[in-house]
Amino acid sequence: MMPIFLFLLCAAALCVGLLVVANLLGPRRPGPVKRMPYESGMDPVHEARRRFNIRFYLLAIAFLVFDVELLFLYPWAVANGAAHASQADPAAVSAPQGLDAAVAEGLVESRGLIFAGVMVFFILLTLGLVYDWRKGIFRWR
Amino acid sequence: MLFFFETLIKIALLIAGLMTAAAYLVLVERWMAAWIQDRVGPNRVGVPLTKIRLFGLGQPAADGGKFFFKEEFTPGHVDRALYFLGPMIMLTAALAVFAVIPFGSVLPTRFGVEGLSEPIRLVVAPGMAAGLVYVFAVNGLAVYGALLSGWASNNKYSLLGGLRSAAQLVSYELPLGLGILGVVLVAGSLDLETIISHQAQSGAWNFMLQPLGFVIFFVAGFAESGRLPFDLAESEQELVGGYHTEYSGVKLLMIMVSEYLHMFTASFLIVILFFGGWHFWGLTGSSDVVTWPVALLRVVVLLGKVLLTILFFMVARWSWPRFRFDQLMGLAWKVMLPLGLLNLVVLAVWMEYGRAVAEATGLSYLAATAAVGWGTLAVAWLAVVWFAPSASDNRPQRSPVVQEVCR
Repeated sequence: MMPIFLFLLCAAALCVGLLVVANLLGPRRPGPVKRMPYESGMDPVHEARRRFNIRFYLLAIAFLVFDVELLFLYPWAVANGAAHASQADPAAVSAPQGLDAAVAEGLVESRGLIFAGVMVFFILLTLGLVYDWRKGIFRWR
Repeated sequence: MLFFFETLIKIALLIAGLMTAAAYLVLVERWMAAWIQDRVGPNRVGVPLTKIRLFGLGQPAADGGKFFFKEEFTPGHVDRALYFLGPMIMLTAALAVFAVIPFGSVLPTRFGVEGLSEPIRLVVAPGMAAGLVYVFAVNGLAVYGALLSGWASNNKYSLLGGLRSAAQLVSYELPLGLGILGVVLVAGSLDLETIISHQAQSGAWNFMLQPLGFVIFFVAGFAESGRLPFDLAESEQELVGGYHTEYSGVKLLMIMVSEYLHMFTASFLIVILFFGGWHFWGLTGSSDVVTWPVALLRVVVLLGKVLLTILFFMVARWSWPRFRFDQLMGLAWKVMLPLGLLNLVVLAVWMEYGRAVAEATGLSYLAATAAVGWGTLAVAWLAVVWFAPSASDNRPQRSPVVQEVCR
């Protein structure tokens, strides 16, 4: 983990450094017109932060649901793939890998059961998508 | 301690390389735009204070320097903390993604320093088991950058740009994830180095085995980097500059650079996940133990592939018109998401029963997998063509209520 935190630190330091250098080098000529919001040269009519379209909110909710569901699939994909890779070359692996290891330890009954479970999960995902679609979340008019 | 300094050197080289590459690829992009639009392009700036032009190679330095001598200006109406935080989050996240992305294979030496890891692996954080999840998470921070700068600017254009950008990034993250899941399912690992060596050992790059996943990932990667067919967030004709309308000087530079880095990330991921990373048949070998020429060759092959992908990004940017927003959302949710699910389900079923099928038919397993993959792509293509609305009238349809009112 250390390299990643170091990298984050370096990147953040670069950002701060850029701002500081630019502050030191640049000129400073403030003015009342310069401080106004840019609106193609017109005087702004009202506050910018007004109500906006509800669809953005619905979209964010739909995204949240699907993204979390996708996250559930990552562990399965890794475990399934590892078991499959060891199947391709049984001589190279000494112990069962991935899902096979889970089966060998008695955590699940068989790989078929997991496969069926994942398929049910996919069907649920598809049903959710169909529901959102029928509700018109993806319709932008 | 030595590992600390090794990491520090790698980080310094990587950040310097990325910044330089971004600066010079902007120049390349401007040349390419000039070539496509049949004009001359930047060719004047060369060595300062002389008349040597050098085909305009001094342009990036001049452009970069100019940003620093601009006024570091903060408008009066903005939310100051968030206004500064937006670009900083964007640039930090765009750089931090590269912590787990390999830019080569290994170097077969420790340069005579005792205690260094040998061989030196050309990635800042080697052996990161959850590498792809990290890439995904940090890449997702770009949404915060766009939303924060759009909201903090307190400007109508910025707010709309920020909202559009967030909606677009969020929508295309799902197909992106589905494309990645297909690769993970085959490789059985989230570590980018392992995914490359998996392709190198089998000799079949992933785009041959799962072309539908590749197409989905490619389009979603394009959308995530927010370049021209997908640059709804900052469409100049409607929103001036989108969420960075109120930004100037070095903060604008930070936003621009991070958008460019997003394109690099997308290209690196496309090459690593689907085009075999540093592997090339008959050139680079596939073992972990390498000699100097092979090690350098792998770096060259990887960066060459990435450069080709970036050039493709540029050509696409200067040859395509922009989507409309309803088309953009429709593509993400109604086309890419179902197709991504289809790809994943076909792949899962094939992995469960494929070996038996391949043995029964006498085909080699790889060939059978490729056949299934291209068959899925063909079916998906035909289905999209069949179900897509007629292209003769693609104007946005008004809702019945509006039609009633406007009649």
